[in-house]
Amino acid sequence: MNDRTPETASTVTRRGVLTTSAVGAAAAALPAPVLAAGKPEPARSVPTMPVTLKVNGRTRELELDPRVTLLDALREHLSLTGTKKGCDHGQCGACTVIVNGRRINSCLTLAAMHDGDAVTTIEGLGTPDKLHPMQAAFVKHDGYQCGYCTPGQICSAVSTIAEIKEGIPSHVSGDLTVKPQMTVTEMRERMSGNICRCGAYSNIIDAMSEVAGIDQGGVDA
Amino acid sequence: MKFDTPATTNPIDQMKVVGKPHDRIDGPYKTTGTAPYAYERHDVVPNQAYGYILGSAIATGRIKSIDTSAAAAAPGVVKVVTWQNAGAVKKPDAVTAKLLGGPEIEHYDQAIAIVVADSFEQARAAAKLIVVDYAREKGAYDLKAAKSSAIKPQPGYAGDPDTAVGDFAGAFAKAPVTLDATYTTPDQCHSPMEPHATIAHWDDGKLTVWTSNQMIQWAKRDLAEAFGIPQESVHVMSPYIGGGFGSKLWIRSDAIMAAVASRACGRPVRVTLTRPMMYNNTTHRPATIQRIRIGADKAGHITAIGHESWSGDLPGGQPETAANQTRLLYAGKNRMTATRLAVLNLPEGNAMRAPGEAPGLMALEIAMDEMAEKLGMDPVEFRIVNDTQVDPENPDKPFSHRDLIGCLRTGAERFGWDKRHAKPGATRDGRWLVGMGMAAAFRGNITMKSGARVGIDKKGVVTVATDMTDIGTGSYTIIAQTAAEMMGVDMDKVVVLLGDSSFPVSSGSGGQWGGNSSTAGVYAACVALRDRIAQKAGFNTAEVDFADGKVTSGNRGVKLSDIAGIEGLSAEDSIEFGDLGEKYAQATFGGHFAEVGVDTATGEVRVRRMGGAFAAGRILNPKSARSQVIGAMTMGTGAALMEDAVVDQRFGYFVNHDLAEYHVPVHADIPHQDVYFMPEVDDKSSPMKAKGVGELGICGVAAAVANAVYNACGVRIRDYPLTLDKLIGEMV
Amino acid sequence: MKAFTFERAHSPADAAAKAVATPGSTFIAGGTNLLDLMKLQIETPRHLIDVNRLGLDKIEGVDGGGVRIGALVRNTDLAADARVRKDYGVLSRALLAGASGQLRNKATTAGNLLQRTRCPYFYDTNQACNKRKPGSGCAAIGGFNRNLAIMGTSEACIATQPSDMAVAMRVLDAGVETVKPDGTTRTIPIADFHRLPGDTPNIETNLIPGEFITAVTLPKPIGGTHIYQKVRDRASYAFALISVAAVVQPDGRGRFAFGGLAHKPWRVEAAERLSGAKEIAGTVLAGAKTTPQNAFKVPLVERTLGAVLAEAKG
Repeated sequence: MNDRTPETASTVTRRGVLTTSAVGAAAAALPAPVLAAGKPEPARSVPTMPVTLKVNGRTRELELDPRVTLLDALREHLSLTGTKKGCDHGQCGACTVIVNGRRINSCLTLAAMHDGDAVTTIEGLGTPDKLHPMQAAFVKHDGYQCGYCTPGQICSAVSTIAEIKEGIPSHVSGDLTVKPQMTVTEMRERMSGNICRCGAYSNIIDAMSEVAGIDQGGVDA
Repeated sequence: MKFDTPATTNPIDQMKVVGKPHDRIDGPYKTTGTAPYAYERHDVVPNQAYGYILGSAIATGRIKSIDTSAAAAAPGVVKVVTWQNAGAVKKPDAVTAKLLGGPEIEHYDQAIAIVVADSFEQARAAAKLIVVDYAREKGAYDLKAAKSSAIKPQPGYAGDPDTAVGDFAGAFAKAPVTLDATYTTPDQCHSPMEPHATIAHWDDGKLTVWTSNQMIQWAKRDLAEAFGIPQESVHVMSPYIGGGFGSKLWIRSDAIMAAVASRACGRPVRVTLTRPMMYNNTTHRPATIQRIRIGADKAGHITAIGHESWSGDLPGGQPETAANQTRLLYAGKNRMTATRLAVLNLPEGNAMRAPGEAPGLMALEIAMDEMAEKLGMDPVEFRIVNDTQVDPENPDKPFSHRDLIGCLRTGAERFGWDKRHAKPGATRDGRWLVGMGMAAAFRGNITMKSGARVGIDKKGVVTVATDMTDIGTGSYTIIAQTAAEMMGVDMDKVVVLLGDSSFPVSSGSGGQWGGNSSTAGVYAACVALRDRIAQKAGFNTAEVDFADGKVTSGNRGVKLSDIAGIEGLSAEDSIEFGDLGEKYAQATFGGHFAEVGVDTATGEVRVRRMGGAFAAGRILNPKSARSQVIGAMTMGTGAALMEDAVVDQRFGYFVNHDLAEYHVPVHADIPHQDVYFMPEVDDKSSPMKAKGVGELGICGVAAAVANAVYNACGVRIRDYPLTLDKLIGEMV
Repeated sequence: MKAFTFERAHSPADAAAKAVATPGSTFIAGGTNLLDLMKLQIETPRHLIDVNRLGLDKIEGVDGGGVRIGALVRNTDLAADARVRKDYGVLSRALLAGASGQLRNKATTAGNLLQRTRCPYFYDTNQACNKRKPGSGCAAIGGFNRNLAIMGTSEACIATQPSDMAVAMRVLDAGVETVKPDGTTRTIPIADFHRLPGDTPNIETNLIPGEFITAVTLPKPIGGTHIYQKVRDRASYAFALISVAAVVQPDGRGRFAFGGLAHKPWRVEAAERLSGAKEIAGTVLAGAKTTPQNAFKVPLVERTLGAVLAEAKG
């Protein structure tokens, strides 16, 4: 606790910002900036481990630091940079990929936990010359602006429609004992884990509606 | 090309391509993940190392000592760079706080060190091993407390901080109907989806950066200044930018730290800010306190209007110019505005989407709603009664084009405003109280010099190169449309290259000036190229027509591809704006309408419908322009209901510094949005006759939502955001 | 994120044994909270034991009419299970009110119970936090605490438990089945699973070191109207300001548990003998200790409960 010199402590105390709830005699009254720094550890070499992923239908063998997330494995080790890092903490959805048929946040899972799993990324859905129907609908309805959240939105949109068809309920589903309906209200709720700061939401729902084959006629269902 | 007289008929008026809702030409790349953003450029230079920035743990004070030895010895670490071993690096004048701090600390999470390692994981882990011993000093973090010490700042880009016309105090005192209310807006964070990121590479004293930046030339200028090298030695590339909203107008610590680290390591270094770091390391929209006084006669004519605004920033920083729109928006003989600036030791405050007007209208347009109620007038009519076609401070100066009334009437009609009950709390839908609100939208139209180079090759392909950026605004597409219209070719014959400092300097993207200014620059370059083509074809340049891939004069037509030949042809020019911006008040207008529900039990507010009508000159691409407006409406909804960067007033930082705690709207918050553009051309703004549209949509929308909340439940909140805790105490 | 070693467990007992065999071990299941915290070095395990492939992903009926939910059942699958939807609707509703579709596809039943607080001072390693660093103090007291606890707080900590699922589990009287490192098993009633902060806010549950959750059991269905009302600052993808999990019987009596109030799901059984939102809320919130920022939770609980009771009445 290098920060706890008398001089600093008194300064902080005068400012009345002493935190009031220290526990025990050894308590640090000050919020301690040095808490972040651990004791120096001896250097160790970082072990790696083999990880096999089936990405977009292709088997990829990697040798990875166990700390590598699925997201960073894709972006940094396989150069599949279509999957985006927006927050790295599961708060934005830009990293959404489809693993074994289910969409997940690739930032909050380790590549090592997915040994043998099938991963579909935005690159696996379509290419500029051969767009997936959802990608084409996003272009048609201008369902994006800066484009950074877009791959995650599209992976999520494809999965959302599949989840509704599969009968998985959502927060806005009325009767839990019946299959959820394909409505814009259902889509909006289910897409809420994909943040778009440019605010293309209204257009994204239009694109999804087209792919899902529902006519929302520009108004809420 | 100098633009100093109103535009006459020109090839853009054909509107064969311009004005059409063309899909974005970058769409297939963005939707397939193949558009490359800054941090993804594995291909551009080999042997890239990973940099991870350590931010200051205190807001104000100094570093007594820093021990980087453990970090330097950690696995994979190439080097740890701090101010002590970084070599010379100057703070560019354009930024307020140092982008590499230490030993003095100016704000929380100011960059103080960077760890460079072979992998991201190694750099991140090693950064935690740096031991810093700080001496905290007293700082000012509370705007309310600092308000009394605020001073009149230097006149800035937005003009004099004090304006006065007539006798405001006297007229206000005499007015039969008056309002005197104070409003507050919180600090807000841009939160673009792509964190700030840069790959920096030094080669023989020349610096190359692949970065995420809205203003390429400013980045080039500021990097040259920082490292004391000629601007020609800096190469900046930003072809795709994952959102900026003002936070990437100037280089931030990612660029400086990557360049510092690369220079120190002799190796390319890639750096991204982490999401939690963005809130305190980069800029934010400063909080404001605003006092508004309006006096009117009983018929609703404003006789006195006053708007004062207080905000804070670091020493040497700038005010949030929240009173500015009040100089121009409504009539009234007696008027005043005042802008005051306090010193706060928070992170640097700076431009965020519609600086000034966005927070200013959050306050002013609630005040107008309150006045309308006092007058017993419909809020739309109250605004219409107080329309002005001239600058109210300077009646000799007309607006270049002003259709606020059209926007308000059209927007009201499309929305079904006539179904609104004037009395709050009158409409109930199950558990929900339902209300409607509206607000005027206003944003100044700024123009900036902008250049481009346009070439045509033997295949008849037109290539446009400019350092203009596309931050999601649709620049690629409207520039292609402009070139296609001017050169008489199809859209698929146009290639647009952006965001590279080796291209002609453009307006860049900011202040909603980019769309109009950059296309006008492309227009100028195309005019020059048309001249060259006509000359080479042996035509009189005044009597040529460019269409269908040919240039035609009289009954002779020549294919452009043939004229271009093996060598090709190109031309470069820029648009420079004369004094039409001084002769005419230039601005964009709109009317926002919102319907909200307020949960009678919980006080939760949900927007049910939104829409509006907008006047912004010629709309170059209705599809992408609409997207700009709905996006801004979405951000404005966030401002109304949830966005609030909370200051810990003991420790001087934004506490809720991630996307889980700093709430921005999600899909479920946003209903379908109706956007209508008034048919309009403005010949005083540019040869494109367009104006900006990227910021107009956020101006006023938060107040429309707030007014709808009042109409729904009868609780008037003057302190944004309108969270339920502020409502339930007042609701029955 | 500190370096760690990684291995896969072969059985629940193997997982528990491995955890005590290697100091600094932590189980990883969905990882949606653990990795979030590891990136910030709030969690610093030296060894991760991957428990994802232990086959604990089934929901099955048990004798006597309840269900047994495998610890590794993903939130999506639990919420979508036909039996849960029919008989334990409050649980489906709570799960679906939490997080996002992507997170629910990954997050597990056991992991959800072990979610750590979202207190912003816990999340910022520059700040004092007794939960993260015992003895360092609590920066939340006197700081930004609008969404922090009002019940069962201590001088050391005012954090809340953020799980929606746990609130529903509490109202359903779930049991947490575990295996200890010595191979013995036990069932911990959900009421005793989470702890109040006291002097040791860093210890959040009554699990012993290495103890491994294998399942969560629900007693036989109790009928009634199942409601989970979550109040939040945006329409979706936000943690609760408060939440109410309710199972209300036709006579108007019911069970009520509350989220967003305390370091654990908050339920006061004595209040369930009363009727009317005001009376129930008054008893549930007896002894509330509020700050100027979070005092709104007191009226909010009563108002929300009132709405829940009205909804149940139909």
